[in-house]
Amino acid sequence: MKVLVAVKRVVDYNVKIRVKADQTGVDLSNVKMSMNPFDEIAVEEALRMKEAGTADEVIAVSIGVQQCQETIRTALAMGADRGILVKTDAVLEPLHVAKILKAVVDEEQPGLVILGKQAIDDDCNQTGQMLAALLGWPQGTFASEIEFADGKANVTREVDGGLQTLKLNLPMIVTTDLRLNEPRYASLPNIMKAKKKPIDEKTPEALGVDMAPHLTTLNVAEPPKRQAGVIVENVAELVHKLRNEAGVI
Amino acid sequence: MNEDDIVPLLDGVRRLVNEKLIPAEARIDREHRIPDDLLGLMREMGLFAYAIPAEHGGLGLSKWAEVRLIFEFCRAAPAYRSYVGTTNGVGGKSIVLDGTDAQKRRYLPSIAAGDLIVSFCLTEPGSGSDAKSLSTTARRDGAGYVLNGSKRFISNAPIAGLFTVMARTNPEDKSAAGVSAFLVEAGTPGLRVDPPLEKMGQLGAPTADVTFDDCRVPGEALLGGTEGLGFITAMKVLDDARIHMGAVCVGLSSRLLEEMTAHAMERRQFGKPIAEFQLIQGMIADSEAEYLAARAMVEQTARQMDAGENVTKAAAACKYFASETVWRIADRAVQVHGGYGYMRETAVERLFRDARLLRIFEGTSQIMQLVIAREAMKEYKATR
Repeated sequence: MKVLVAVKRVVDYNVKIRVKADQTGVDLSNVKMSMNPFDEIAVEEALRMKEAGTADEVIAVSIGVQQCQETIRTALAMGADRGILVKTDAVLEPLHVAKILKAVVDEEQPGLVILGKQAIDDDCNQTGQMLAALLGWPQGTFASEIEFADGKANVTREVDGGLQTLKLNLPMIVTTDLRLNEPRYASLPNIMKAKKKPIDEKTPEALGVDMAPHLTTLNVAEPPKRQAGVIVENVAELVHKLRNEAGVI
Repeated sequence: MNEDDIVPLLDGVRRLVNEKLIPAEARIDREHRIPDDLLGLMREMGLFAYAIPAEHGGLGLSKWAEVRLIFEFCRAAPAYRSYVGTTNGVGGKSIVLDGTDAQKRRYLPSIAAGDLIVSFCLTEPGSGSDAKSLSTTARRDGAGYVLNGSKRFISNAPIAGLFTVMARTNPEDKSAAGVSAFLVEAGTPGLRVDPPLEKMGQLGAPTADVTFDDCRVPGEALLGGTEGLGFITAMKVLDDARIHMGAVCVGLSSRLLEEMTAHAMERRQFGKPIAEFQLIQGMIADSEAEYLAARAMVEQTARQMDAGENVTKAAAACKYFASETVWRIADRAVQVHGGYGYMRETAVERLFRDARLLRIFEGTSQIMQLVIAREAMKEYKATR
């Protein structure tokens, strides 16, 4: 089985981001970028499938500017076999990404597409679901465990009430939650070898995907600054403040 | 390898250091050992392999790439480095440079895989900086040799699988030419490793004395298969090791600067962060400037070594300047922390103890000064 993993280049999770002065977005100049952490979990899961013999090829796909190649290299260093970069400077919305991934799936015919449940930059949590709808494939979102048996997959999902296990037919879409696995560290020899693995370059145009925007960003603002706390003398004063000033009880 | 090629390697190491190695430092300092799972991660990452040539399973990094890697890796406490540094450095490099083909095939792949830790046995109770006066003997006996003598302060000895031992093969010849190097495997009868010594710092890296009592080794244990090569080999790896130690000091300096600056910006006195006081800023500024100078010196010398230039003077200067620098920065880091810096709970208290050794081992600052002056005078004479 071929496994396709979608990997997104996002601001590194350690970076304290700043909103641009004109409030049109986040300032990305000189900011460290890395692979979306949920996508790292997706890569790790695909690699474990390959090591277990369930998968025989792992392909990492990234969509966006030329530097997304570095994100693909990270996946290759972890152990993915080859990469596909769909190069575009356009502003990407989840529907664009889902349509591009569908076009790649049509070409590659994988048995499984595995994606992070969301990216830590826009927190959309839409791409996997949209891709499943476009392909007409079953989907197991927020996965915390994946098991294969008799040509089907049991996907355990983290839902509000606890854990839900679905039996899904292949091919299928899985989106990963945090507890699915702990991604490995790419070893130094593998980072060096990743440079020699192939990355195919494509464009949305060549894949026949229309990149016209469907969304307009009106305004991006920082959360309000946290106010200093106050020390209350007793319970009565606390209740009074909660009722009359905070209005929460 | 250029800047673009090295960045992904450095990112990989930085991540391991930040997520796993730094958080475990305090525990390692208390328990005097590095947990096996962390050693496993270091092994899987390939940190034991950086200086071993690719054909023997290593990464075959240039000296420049190595020092860049060490800058990152040594943001974590120096005890971690001890495991890989000696093994790749004086231990492994001696075999790379002067080992026979059989010796290379036998040891280098397991060194690169991190399965074989190497100890370098030069220092003795009666001979430290004056290494040529060593008194351990290797007497020829049939096809093999019999070793007798004691070695002091041997890094990694309690966990080593292989000991590179300097011993006198010609008792008549008191010069360097009378000394040979032997590769002695752990478990050889007559080789005894004493209990670990109690040290001031670098507590996760065990150090012990080693005794050879009629320790019989086969003829194949002679490094390079030729008597009298031992000291020459050791001298060849010294420039390399001194640049490496310079890089270790630079890495630790950058970590101390992070700790110092973070504390200064957080700690409030007189109604504002102490970082806003100019006397604190002076300590940060001096440390940054000296750190940058040491870093530039080490990187430049590494490039010169890669270009095949003679770097004996510059390498000694790297070890000397960078170790004195890290010591001054460690002292200032403690000073900026005030009372907290004297408490076991802070990282700088521990790193201060760790840093003290750097001015002593692998050649004291005073020996480095002698080397630098000697080389400078040699250059001067050559131009007259």
